[in-house]
Amino acid sequence: MWKFLHQLASPPHFYRLSIKFIPWLMLPAVVLIGYGFYGGLILAPPDYQQGDAFRIIYIHVPSAYLSMMAYMVMAIAGGIGLIWRMKLQHAVAAAVAPIGAAFTFLALATGSIWGRPMWGTWWEWGDPRMMSELILLFLYFGYMALRAAIDDTAKADKASAVLALVGAVNVPIIHFSVEWWNSLHQGQTVMKGAMDPEMLYPLLATIVGFTFLFGAMLLRRIRTEVLFRERRTRWVKEMILSEEGDK
Amino acid sequence: MDTQREIPGIFAGMLAVIRRDLLLAWKRPGDMLNPLFFFAMVSTLFPLGTGPSAEQLEFSGPGVLWVAALLAMMVSLNTLFLQDHEDGSLDQLLVSPQPLPALALGKTIAHWITSGLPLVLVTPIVAVAYRMTVDVIGVLLLTLALGTVSLSLLGAVGAALTVGLHRATALLSLLILPLAMPILIVGAGAVSLAASGEGLSGGVFFLAAYAIGALSLAPFATAAALRISNE
Amino acid sequence: MTTGRKVLTAKLSASGLSLLRGERLLIRDLDFALNPREMLLLEGKNGSGKTSLLRAMAGLLEFESGELLWDGVSVRKQRQEFHGALTWLSHRTGLKGDLTLGENLRFESGLRAQHDIDFDGVLKRLGIERLTLLPLRSLSAGQQRRVALARLLLTDAPLWLMDEPFTNLDREGRALVMELVSEHISKDGMCVMAAHQDVQIDGTVVKVNLS
Repeated sequence: MWKFLHQLASPPHFYRLSIKFIPWLMLPAVVLIGYGFYGGLILAPPDYQQGDAFRIIYIHVPSAYLSMMAYMVMAIAGGIGLIWRMKLQHAVAAAVAPIGAAFTFLALATGSIWGRPMWGTWWEWGDPRMMSELILLFLYFGYMALRAAIDDTAKADKASAVLALVGAVNVPIIHFSVEWWNSLHQGQTVMKGAMDPEMLYPLLATIVGFTFLFGAMLLRRIRTEVLFRERRTRWVKEMILSEEGDK
Repeated sequence: MDTQREIPGIFAGMLAVIRRDLLLAWKRPGDMLNPLFFFAMVSTLFPLGTGPSAEQLEFSGPGVLWVAALLAMMVSLNTLFLQDHEDGSLDQLLVSPQPLPALALGKTIAHWITSGLPLVLVTPIVAVAYRMTVDVIGVLLLTLALGTVSLSLLGAVGAALTVGLHRATALLSLLILPLAMPILIVGAGAVSLAASGEGLSGGVFFLAAYAIGALSLAPFATAAALRISNE
Repeated sequence: MTTGRKVLTAKLSASGLSLLRGERLLIRDLDFALNPREMLLLEGKNGSGKTSLLRAMAGLLEFESGELLWDGVSVRKQRQEFHGALTWLSHRTGLKGDLTLGENLRFESGLRAQHDIDFDGVLKRLGIERLTLLPLRSLSAGQQRRVALARLLLTDAPLWLMDEPFTNLDREGRALVMELVSEHISKDGMCVMAAHQDVQIDGTVVKVNLS
């Protein structure tokens, strides 16, 4: 097991092994999301308060949750890469950033659509969850902008890892302060409390399903990132040549 | 070779850094005035933009002054490490026998003394123009004092990460402003509470806790960032 | 250039050093051993990695692989002690133009100086004793470099790391540097220098060509 993990940390081994994982992630993703959407969008009855508008939570909640998880993955991978000097971890961090940003944007967009019928406006500054997501989006932009501003890949890796760690420490603080601010100004929140099982189970299914999807997307992006970073090494060249020979 | 050499310790090193930076600021007093003018300008722009009604001023005062202070701090952070990076003194700090976080903290302290403290001292003048009463101004000054300390500490990390980069100014703001939002939210919120008659609130404790947390963690992040940026 | 077992017993030693800059491998598998009363001279064309190697030795860059040992212990494990034992002179002076010579050196002393250093003696030695009240930017490049050299004498560290120390110096200045290094070496000091030109030092000089 230890040897397996150790091997996994080496780029060529990771590249060869990861291709096998992807179908195993996509299959549960499709099944779970399929079930979740069917159960949530078609089977579940309309909410007595929100009508059909609530159905958007089947995309909104997974997106919001994944936007946070992706940031944690980014920060932890960056931290491991920085402290233990592992190249692959930096590739993971670089790969996950755009995915996390995309989920954050999706959460914001679906949250806005969800909130419109209730708030009467497309954006409610007082909503703590939306404000947290918005600030999270800025954190992602900052991370990607810093990476883009540094030419040397290794230097960019290290600098953005420091930034991600500082951000990760601040995310709970941001969350807390926005909630406090909201209670101060008596804004409205979007989330409900208890939920019917008919609504809940499909929701859990989409959350888990989207997580599998996230995993599959992440693996693909890491593979591309690894290939790019190692483009001058022997193993990449050999692999390309052997694949061309097969064709 | 004599191995009993005495090397100046942590505090001596930190003090040397603070003294030098204060001396440098003293020789170029204009640099210290820039953020202050910026603060005054932003505070002036709001009434010009939204109309000078008394109610509006009183209502928006805490938020506007806090935002202006935040932006003024951003302006002053840009050059924290820039000169050192260009003239090679950053090299010397990095090979110094004292722990780098201590020296980074020294630079941050000097920065606060030359940027944060003047801001806090100038604020009452502008606050009066916003029709704030004395007790509210008191809370404003307290929150700003704590907030600017945190901003100096947090901003130093950003400045260290972006030193020497193309368009470092914009990048620094993009990196630090989202992280600084809690400070703004709670700081302005506490002043608003004071303005509506609630006196000193829990927000001040949050700001104090944040400042202490930043004081213990930020120098290490700044040091790591300096090493990376100086490569 | 492998020196095997001798590496481990030397005061400053390196084994298998590799250095990456961007995508290029500048230094590959470098070994050396340096003892008191010896100087290591790094020679090579521009861009061959002399400055990068020196910066990595000073701890400003990271080696891709290999170990640098001081007193047999990896430098990574005793960063502060190692920094306390060296003085770094880059081709930028690291001094502040707005401050006077006196104020600049006061700062350097605050970080590094030994307590019993004869400050005025140091200034006289470097020929800068009459310039103490002028802001540094009003001095010539050569004079500024002499002020930077003061760092060496104020710190009195065993290991001197010098990157192109002769920059901007006239013939007298260059001779002064060589004198200082020779004296340092004769008093059990060590020096690693990157230089373009011919260096005449009294003492053992080990040359490494990086081209």
